[in-house]
Amino acid sequence: MARMKFICDSQRCIECNGCVTACKNENEVPWGVNRRRVVTLNDGIPGEKSISVACMHCSDAPCMAVCPVQCFYRTDEGVVLHDKDVCIGCGYCSYACPFGAPQFPSQGTFGVRGKMDKCTFCAGGPEANGSEAEFEKYGRNRLAEGKLPICAEMCSTKALLAGDGDVLADILRNRVVQRGTGAEVWGWGTAYGTKAGGKDAGAKS
Amino acid sequence: MNKLAVVLFTVLLLGACGEKPQSAGGSNRDTPPYMGTGVAAFTEPGSKVGDKTSWELALRARTQFGQNEFSRGQ
Repeated sequence: MARMKFICDSQRCIECNGCVTACKNENEVPWGVNRRRVVTLNDGIPGEKSISVACMHCSDAPCMAVCPVQCFYRTDEGVVLHDKDVCIGCGYCSYACPFGAPQFPSQGTFGVRGKMDKCTFCAGGPEANGSEAEFEKYGRNRLAEGKLPICAEMCSTKALLAGDGDVLADILRNRVVQRGTGAEVWGWGTAYGTKAGGKDAGAKS
Repeated sequence: MNKLAVVLFTVLLLGACGEKPQSAGGSNRDTPPYMGTGVAAFTEPGSKVGDKTSWELALRARTQFGQNEFSRGQ
């Protein structure tokens, strides 16, 4: 069984924001909501690094643990999705998420925050695959179309990788062997590390 | 009779020790992705709707050959 994951190779990210633009366009994400964004670490200092951040679809997702209405669920592929019909917009997931993934549109009911919106790994939601309702609430369901998330497929330098975790780890290992550096993967340990250690061997969170 | 009453009482008493499921997250009502979208225009050509193994292999190949330039160069 494939276990879907994201990896962002900070050695390759050139902060072009192509992933952000592709995501917004593909899923018709509303104004004020960014399912994915590029963050620069040590900005302005020589050796600065950029990484593309979105929901990492954690193995032990804290958002799922804190949701009071249990709107989250995990698919067989390991993708963490949520049901907008169940979400009450409380924002607990936003506080729990180590990646700042949950987003809230500003035009919610009664002027408060609306239903939570986040990266779906381009896997839609609980509505029928490819339906208009699914697209309006969650965006495209590219996984059901036999494709990978648009952010990763669009990435010009292939810094952002998405897909089966084993294949991704193999790709990164190959790169590290070739270039001799850059084995640290930001967020990998936090998202997919063991419960006990919180980190994978050789990973940097 | 007394014995039966004791057994029934014990069963009732132990029944209270049962636990409700405490797993995080709601129920997964989603249709699996290998079932396709039914929209041929957007679906990857050659996809076999409902074939889980074929879907997994196709996605694995897409991950490997679409993102690993080292294997593409070989």
